[in-house]
Amino acid sequence: MTKQELTNMVAEILSQMHGETQPKVKGSDYKTVLYQTDENAKQYHDGDFVPDVTQLDLRKLYLVEDAADAEKFKKMKEKTPARLGSGKAGPRYKTLTMLRFRADHAAAQDAVFSELDADFAKEHDLLPTKTRCSSKEEYLTRPDLGRCFDENNAKTIKGVIDTPPRVQLVVGDGLSSAAIRANAMDCLQSIRDGLKIRGIETGKTIFVKYCRVGAGDAIGDITGCELVCVLVGERPGLVTDKSMSAYITYRPHTGVSESSRTVVSNIHAQGTPAVEAGAYVAELIGKILTKKVSGVGLHLEEAR
Amino acid sequence: MSEVLLSVGLDVGTTSSQMVLSELTVENRAGSLAVPEMEIAQRKILYKSPIHFTPLLDCDRVDGEKLREIVDAEYEKAGIRKPEVDTGAIIITGETSRKENARTVLEQLSGYAGDFVVATAGPDLESVLAAKGAGAVEYGEKTGKKVLHMDIGGGTSNLALIEDGVITATACLNVGGRLLKIRPDGCLSYVSPVLEGIFGKKAGDYVNREEVLELARELVQALEAAAGLREKESWMAGLKTAESGVLEPPEGAVISFSGGVADCIDAAQPWLAFGDMGPELGRAIRESRLCRGEYRLGEETIRATVIGAGCHSARLSGSTVFYQNIRFPLKNLPVVESAERLRSLDGPGVLALPGEKSPEYRQVARLAAEIIRSFGERPVYLALREDMAKALGQQIALGLGQSAQVLCIDRVSLREGDYLDVGAPVGPALPVVIKTLILNR
Repeated sequence: MTKQELTNMVAEILSQMHGETQPKVKGSDYKTVLYQTDENAKQYHDGDFVPDVTQLDLRKLYLVEDAADAEKFKKMKEKTPARLGSGKAGPRYKTLTMLRFRADHAAAQDAVFSELDADFAKEHDLLPTKTRCSSKEEYLTRPDLGRCFDENNAKTIKGVIDTPPRVQLVVGDGLSSAAIRANAMDCLQSIRDGLKIRGIETGKTIFVKYCRVGAGDAIGDITGCELVCVLVGERPGLVTDKSMSAYITYRPHTGVSESSRTVVSNIHAQGTPAVEAGAYVAELIGKILTKKVSGVGLHLEEAR
Repeated sequence: MSEVLLSVGLDVGTTSSQMVLSELTVENRAGSLAVPEMEIAQRKILYKSPIHFTPLLDCDRVDGEKLREIVDAEYEKAGIRKPEVDTGAIIITGETSRKENARTVLEQLSGYAGDFVVATAGPDLESVLAAKGAGAVEYGEKTGKKVLHMDIGGGTSNLALIEDGVITATACLNVGGRLLKIRPDGCLSYVSPVLEGIFGKKAGDYVNREEVLELARELVQALEAAAGLREKESWMAGLKTAESGVLEPPEGAVISFSGGVADCIDAAQPWLAFGDMGPELGRAIRESRLCRGEYRLGEETIRATVIGAGCHSARLSGSTVFYQNIRFPLKNLPVVESAERLRSLDGPGVLALPGEKSPEYRQVARLAAEIIRSFGERPVYLALREDMAKALGQQIALGLGQSAQVLCIDRVSLREGDYLDVGAPVGPALPVVIKTLILNR
């Protein structure tokens, strides 16, 4: 074999390894791919509705094609809300996965930015109040203002709750109005029942617009209550935009340490159901009133 | 935060009786910021008794007195005092469960062994406990494989089919190592009546090894048929016990073995090592279609059932439950699924309901009113599948007042005909034992 033949052979092998020879200008071999229409796909016309992607149960949605064992994967998937087994289209997400992700993200943003109906408090017989925030934007950028009341609101509260109650229940929109709409009233009624069984009377429940957890401390200052329980919307995530928490503070006052709060989180349909959480919170309130301590102190007390 | 339960298991079988003591560690699985979720996180065996022969008074009666002596002696050896025992189960199995006084002995013994030690029986339950005790259920759960577990004891073989880590069917066959008892000289001292029509010889006749192996091979054919590895034949029907469940022969299941005979499968034993047909039965299994595919021996073999009784009979209810004026333990509560059936009971009973997933307050209130009506004067015992017991229970208590007896638990699935035992609270949860069958129903 001559040297030239050898060089040619190596060049040929190399070109085979690369599949195709590289064009001089990178990308100049681009060919448009024709969009293939799915003949079985439903045809939509003006005025039709497309299916709501947010109605699909993510735990049951398995999109991998030609899976080795789809049934086993589905079984495992039922145990987690994580977006697993979503398949792929080339290197990308499938359209459905992409749409659902964006829909959930939009729902999370909406939960933060939307407000409860103006008559939410009235409809549910709650005392309507507002923190010092004057808008959602201010609420989001000035957490400090979401923890206190102006004179007018303080007066409103004092006017209705004139003697210091043992337990003051509070509902606040927090970072998710959707969570409050979905869970607050079911949970609240269950808490009231649970307290009633334990012989603890509750007065008027306060509703706080633009509410941070710390607003409960200010309510402690104003009412002189022994314990405050604030039901507040949690910062939404992609799993749910309807998660609520209950923050319970014994002897609440402005400046109270965060470690003195007892919290029950993840109150929503896929977590702890609102009514069940309410019954649990009532028991917890009973315990805190007996031990006269909440938060980390309660854990230490119980560990003794 | 964890609590430890001391649990006792006692298995009174056809041939042998054994006891185990174990420690169940209950832990809160949820984070400290969420509603608690207690679960049995660990099961540790503290003590295994030697294997005793099951004491009999005569052919038809178990010697309860002797059994109590065994329990006493074993507690002493293990260094345990009776009041320290939190939970556990006594199971009477195989041919012993058919003895005249089985039920009386069992119930006396359960009270004797500890406050919340429950009496259980029935081949379904035995299959379940053996499969769990042998680790077959855990194996199925971990690997996702379909498993057919066979606990081959002295008198019976208890089968359990495990799919996706859950037992879906059980069955019981009269196939066991002690259907024949053979003296060292080859003379038969006992031939079980279940062999009638299958085996020509009777007590007093002499047998040789080949004849025993021949019989063992025949019996193993019945196991093969149950595993779907052979066509069912009419004579096999006679080997099915009267109380057996229905198990459709599975396809492609891993076969798993426990029970005394399992020890004779991989390790050959002299044919008269135990004075019965166990060694030959083990050999016949090894050479059969059962061992041609994937098979495994349980992590526990002869002790599988007793470990199942000791470690796996008690489970926990949901961690948000409601109870007032209840004196634990509650024992042998019959389970019903409708208000009509509840009214037909003479005494108290548990109403089992599916419940609602994340119900509204209105739904809870409506259900509570209906339940109060259904129970009338009886103590209210409720078991739900969905997580709503605390809310529903307090609603019922609110309706009935402070002096009413109310028990409302969730995260348990019960069926009409089950019996329920409920022990004293472990943290926020309650230990429960669900018994699917009771002796001489």
